[in-house]
Amino acid sequence: MKKITKKTYLNWYEEMLFWRKFEDKLAQVYIQQKVRGFLHLYNGQEAILAGSLHAMDLTKDKMITAYRNHVQPIGMGVDPKRVMAELYGKATGTSQGLGGSMHIFSKEHRFYGGHGIVGGQIPLGAGLAFADQYFKRDAVTLTFLGDGAARQGSLHETLNMAMLWKLPVVFCVENNGYAMGTSVARTANHVEIWKLGLGYDMPCGAVDAMNPVKVAEAMDEAIKRARKGEGPSFLELKTYRYRGHSMSDAQLYRTKEEVEEYMKIDPITQVLDVIQKKKYATNEEIKAIDKRVKERVAECEKFAEESPFPENNIMYDTVYEQEDYPFLAHKPE
Amino acid sequence: MKTIQFREAIAEAMSEEMRRDETIYLMGEEVAEYNGAYKASKGMLDEFGDKRVIDTPISELGFAGIGIGSAMNGNRPIIEFMTFNFSLVGIDQIINNAAKMRQMSGGQFNIPIVFRGPTASAGQLAATHSQAFESWYANCPGLKVIVPSNPKDAKGLLKSAIRDDDPVIFMESEQMYGDKGEVPEGEYVIPIGVAEVKREGKDVTIVSFGKIIKEAYAAAEELEKENISCEIIDLRTIRPMDHKTILDSVKKTNRLVILEEAWPFGNIATEITYQVQSQAFDYLDAPIVKINTADTPAPYSPGLLKEWLPNSADVVKAVKKVLYK
Repeated sequence: MKKITKKTYLNWYEEMLFWRKFEDKLAQVYIQQKVRGFLHLYNGQEAILAGSLHAMDLTKDKMITAYRNHVQPIGMGVDPKRVMAELYGKATGTSQGLGGSMHIFSKEHRFYGGHGIVGGQIPLGAGLAFADQYFKRDAVTLTFLGDGAARQGSLHETLNMAMLWKLPVVFCVENNGYAMGTSVARTANHVEIWKLGLGYDMPCGAVDAMNPVKVAEAMDEAIKRARKGEGPSFLELKTYRYRGHSMSDAQLYRTKEEVEEYMKIDPITQVLDVIQKKKYATNEEIKAIDKRVKERVAECEKFAEESPFPENNIMYDTVYEQEDYPFLAHKPE
Repeated sequence: MKTIQFREAIAEAMSEEMRRDETIYLMGEEVAEYNGAYKASKGMLDEFGDKRVIDTPISELGFAGIGIGSAMNGNRPIIEFMTFNFSLVGIDQIINNAAKMRQMSGGQFNIPIVFRGPTASAGQLAATHSQAFESWYANCPGLKVIVPSNPKDAKGLLKSAIRDDDPVIFMESEQMYGDKGEVPEGEYVIPIGVAEVKREGKDVTIVSFGKIIKEAYAAAEELEKENISCEIIDLRTIRPMDHKTILDSVKKTNRLVILEEAWPFGNIATEITYQVQSQAFDYLDAPIVKINTADTPAPYSPGLLKEWLPNSADVVKAVKKVLYK
């Protein structure tokens, strides 16, 4: 694995803070009704993305996830302005305004969505890895899912085939404690999701995912195994989301005290503590980062606000690769 | 021309395409070592090896999704369902991922994939194994749906489906795999979205597709004896539908019977009926008649199944009805 250095920590701090503030901005503009639909935010889970990116080979490795998916493409290299614009439903968005919050994609940056059906993306992730194995590309796919998706049949069918065919994929369960409002304990008679891997003889384990170092180390081991042709791994990344499942969530299923407990081990605070303890940056330098993050978020908002909405024809043009597909009429002419 | 079985036409189409394009593979239950549950992939494992002809566990959702994921990353998979009855456990992958990926990614990811296997009834298999989901799949934008009725069309259309850059549902029949028919010796393809007039006539138009069209052929022979001339259109492609061929025929005969092996509520015949009344209302000399399966799950017992299925006598009756005879 690449060494974790002063530069890593400073980069982590700035990027994780940017993701946090980006999501906060989305919550704000959602309340202003500039962004509609569902909105699922990543606050609290940032160490997973930071650690994963550190372990990945960003020239070829791939990522796919569910609908809590705004910041992962940014981490993979997508211009955050385009992600913000997508949520605004603008033509400059990553899907030209057709996908919205739950469906962010970037072929260029190997981010394969952005999927709205819980667990639906799991076999897709194995399929991406299948193609990389087929074409001998030496690339690995990180397939993310939530603790709720761990109870879908799609996981079990996919784990079985991925292991049977030794596909270069890492299954990463982001266990944030709740499938919407249902705690992990209420979804199965066990709470250690990582043990599901044992049934498939798949290397598996749990990871303290509030700490990007721990995530990077576990991810590195799993990615190396996949790249060597030894097949998939199944990681349970123990994390927490501060905000509700989506914006309409009153969060009656948990206490404020529980949220506060997790905020004490906040991933961004943990990174900042190391920076301060090791004197990687002065207070002024940290303030400068904070200021830069704020400006970057403001630029995204400005870009999204000022971008045009898409033309009606895009709704048709994007459905089929065939250029002259004869769509049926749906209204009187 | 040469005479081959329907199953051989399927195997030839897949094999010819796999020879010309390394990105294509065939995946499904029993497709490799068993040579296909209905021998539609006979010999392919020997020719292409287990990297490209791949047996799966019984996990339709899983391998449908793996196929789609690989199609996002450079492959052109052919996914076989042992029957489309079993596609229901994987239908989320087909509808939410294959059909919608291109649109919801703003045009970034097209899915060049074929899902193929038999549709509709196949003898006394009862409720869970006798279903036709053409109208379900054809309802969904993003998909194309093909249902051939003979070896020549099957081969030419399957080759087009494999070459197509959009997801295609390709439906066969257990009861057609043994059917023999003439196919051209050399390379040929049949375009998607083009119906064919299988029998020319002047008194009435019969539209059908898939194996049930044989009942229309038999009826037309019977009716010929009574000097009633039937024009039979084989849709071949359900989505996109070739409205023009249907309308041209109806404008000539002024009468339409639609024969479809599917439940009557909101099916392909219903859609054709709407299109014809809206585009050729003034040409119709009689209300359109559609013939379907009973509005019940398929029964097992032979007498019940006979009653449940449409047959040539039903077609004869329908034709006489639209002719007021």
